[in-house]
Amino acid sequence: MHLAQLNVAHLRAPIDGPELATFVELLEPINTIADAAPGFVWRLKESDEDPTATVIHDYGDHLLVNFSVWESIDAVWTFTYRSAHLGVLRRRREWFLRIAEPYTVMWWVPEGHIPTLAEAMRRLEHLRAHGPGPEAFTFQEPYESSEAANLPAAAEARK
Amino acid sequence: MREDHLEALSLLHDPVRRSLYEAVAGSGGDVGRAEAAEAAGVSRTLAGHHLDKLVEAGLLESGFRQPERRGPGSGRPAKVYRRASGERSVSLPPRDYAMLASVLAGVADALGAEEKAEEVARAAGARLARGRRGEPVEAVLAERGYEPYADDAGEGRLRLRNCPFHALSQEHPLLVCSMNLALCQGLLEGLGDRPERAALDPRPGECCVSLALPSDSKTNED
Repeated sequence: MHLAQLNVAHLRAPIDGPELATFVELLEPINTIADAAPGFVWRLKESDEDPTATVIHDYGDHLLVNFSVWESIDAVWTFTYRSAHLGVLRRRREWFLRIAEPYTVMWWVPEGHIPTLAEAMRRLEHLRAHGPGPEAFTFQEPYESSEAANLPAAAEARK
Repeated sequence: MREDHLEALSLLHDPVRRSLYEAVAGSGGDVGRAEAAEAAGVSRTLAGHHLDKLVEAGLLESGFRQPERRGPGSGRPAKVYRRASGERSVSLPPRDYAMLASVLAGVADALGAEEKAEEVARAAGARLARGRRGEPVEAVLAERGYEPYADDAGEGRLRLRNCPFHALSQEHPLLVCSMNLALCQGLLEGLGDRPERAALDPRPGECCVSLALPSDSKTNED
């Protein structure tokens, strides 16, 4: 099984405005580190040519989404917190509003399966409504892939 | 009191085992039996016996290093030792500060209080430097268990092999690593050094902070 992870962030200002310029500058170097990180499988990209293009979606202009698939929880943890990405996270208040509810969710997917953003958003909603479980969890309360397999709730969230 | 922890730690009462442990732990990587034996000044056979005892007790881990030459005649893979990742501690009377620290970190996270947390950590770092102005920062960091070492790669940095807050930094990495950086900066400031020497420099398996070498400070001030 592979691990899918969705992060959402509430932008303080439009992505193409001057307030976000320092963030947009970091997109290419940090995504390059992600793409080369051990255990990286896939991430949702808006454009193969423009590394600064953020994902366009129907969930509101202020919402920035980061959606990727990894080989394991360890792999995504090590990239998130033990690479230059940590320094970007530290600066998140410069660009994003603080969200009181969970803004990141993880779940297991069969290898080779690329989940949709719609499914990812449903997983986040599930986490927000019901707390961490095998079908939608967090770094603080992770679940093994064996716990997620053949789970009716997981099938429900995939619909 | 954890009986198994006490038993593991009591192994280090023996001076040979202790110097073998220190040789392996201090290297930051895999150490072969011969190398450890030499560092401890004992025979390879004796070193092997004690190293395996340390592995049994969970203080070290062992593995095999593939020989450089492959195929027939290249010999068996060499057994190597490294420090075990698990923590061992004994406290009498029983104390559990880690549990409370974890709860407090959760509180700071829930409140979104990382700025305040960094401020307090910086002040705590400055307090560590009290009465020690002018002393080299690596001496204080070594005392605090950071295990500093010079890394000559690139421009050279003073890196910290051990994170004294390891378990917490796994649980609340963003908060704890930011607080640790603030603490190191406060310490530098308190010592009369430049706080900017410390920077976030995360990599797997080490402390997330590293420091510019002191010689850099001179060139930077020009």
